[in-house]
Amino acid sequence: MDVKPFARAREGTQPPYLYPDYASTVKRSPSRPLVRFEHTLSEVTGPTFETGWAGPNVADLTRQHPGEPLGERIIVTGRVLDEDGRPIAGTVVELWQCNSAGRYHHPIDQHDAPLDPNFTGVGQVLTASDGSYRFVTIKPGAYPWRNTPNAWRPAHLHFGLFGGGFATRLVTQMYFPSDPLLAYDPIYQSTADETARERLIAEYDPQLSQPEWALGYRFDMVLRGRDATPLEAA
Amino acid sequence: MAEKLVPTPSQTVGPFFHLGLARPEWGDLTKGGPRGERITVEGRVLDGDGTPVPDAMIELWQANAAGRYNHPEDHQDDKPLDPNFRGYGRVATDAEGRFRIVTIKPGPVPGRGNSLQAPHINLAVFARGLLKHLYTRLYFADEPANGADPLLLSIDDEAARRSLHARRSEGSTYRFDIVLQGENETVFLDL
Repeated sequence: MDVKPFARAREGTQPPYLYPDYASTVKRSPSRPLVRFEHTLSEVTGPTFETGWAGPNVADLTRQHPGEPLGERIIVTGRVLDEDGRPIAGTVVELWQCNSAGRYHHPIDQHDAPLDPNFTGVGQVLTASDGSYRFVTIKPGAYPWRNTPNAWRPAHLHFGLFGGGFATRLVTQMYFPSDPLLAYDPIYQSTADETARERLIAEYDPQLSQPEWALGYRFDMVLRGRDATPLEAA
Repeated sequence: MAEKLVPTPSQTVGPFFHLGLARPEWGDLTKGGPRGERITVEGRVLDGDGTPVPDAMIELWQANAAGRYNHPEDHQDDKPLDPNFRGYGRVATDAEGRFRIVTIKPGPVPGRGNSLQAPHINLAVFARGLLKHLYTRLYFADEPANGADPLLLSIDDEAARRSLHARRSEGSTYRFDIVLQGENETVFLDL
C-alpha cells in the first residue's frame, strides 16, 4: 500500500543531533547514521484529537488560580500550517513555560527565583478550523542554566504539536523579538538556516495588543507538508 | 504553485517537560478494554556512557490488534477499527531511566507496494540534549513475521537489527532498552 509521504527537511533547516555548543547533546546524540526509511502507513498516520479526549482547552494561563500571576500579560496567537500553507485544524497545541521570574513550577528547577503561587505555566488548546490557536499568559523570564558558566536561556515558551501523522510531530520553542540572549543561546543557534531559525521568533503585533491589558504576539507554526504535489492543485 | 513555507525547527523538550507534557494515564493504552493480547513493555533509556536518562519522554503510536491504525488515512476497511483503542501513548522515564508501557500487541500492517510489515510499535524519544526527537520502532523478537519486514531486512548488521527487538522476559512482559549512543546504540530512523 503506497501512501503520500511527508516532505523531508531541507539541509540546515532543522537542528542536528550533535551540537557540542549545547553540551547535553554530546552524550545523547546517536553516533551512527540514522536509517533512512520511506514513509508507510505507520508514519503518515498519527493520533487525532478532534473528539477532545486529551482534555479541555486551557487557553488562559492567567486564570488558573485565585489571584493574578505577576508579570507582563501577553496574548500569543497564530496558526498551525503545513509547508504548503494549509491550515491544520483540530490538532492539539500543548504549552508549558516558566513564570515571569524565570522559574518553572517543577521540582527539579532550583533556580534562585521566586515561584508564583498564581502561575503554573501549562496550557493546551485544539486548533480551530483555520488552524488558529490563542493563549493568554505572562511573558516568561530568562533563567540561568549550566551549559557553560553564566549561560542564560532567552525567554521562551515551549510548544508541542502533532499535525497529520506521527512523522509530523514537533516540539519547539517560541522566542521574543530583539532578545539579546538569542545571539548566545546554542539551542536557538543550533538551526543553521537563518530563515528557518527566525521562524522561532514571534512577531510583536500592535493590532493584537489589547489596550490597558496585554501585549500581542503572533506566532505561526509550520509542520511538514506532503512530498508529492497534491492532486487537487490546479 | 506558491513558494513553500519553511517548517518550524524542532527545539529540545528540555528538563522541565513534565510540567506540560506528563500524562501518567497515557502510559496505559488498555484502559478502554481493547481487543488483543495485553502486553507490558519495560526498559530503560541510556546515554553514551551507559548512564540512565532520567528525563526522557517516549511516545508511541501503533495499530490495533487487527493491524489497523485509528486514523482517517488508514483505508483498510477489511480490518475492524477498535473503538476502545486509540493507539497513542506517552511515558516519561523515572530517576533510574526506566519506563513502562501497557498496551496490546499490534497486528501486522501493510508496507510500501505489496509488502507486509511485521507487528511493530512506532516510538519517538524526547529528552534534554535531543534538539529533535528520535524515531525508532519496537518489534517483537518472537514474531515470525519479522523475517519479511522491509525495515528489518534493510538493516544488514545483526546487532543493529536486534536493537529493535523487544524480548519477552516473563509472561506478557517485554524488555526494550533505548540506547541513545555507543556500542549498543539503538537503530534510529530518518523519517
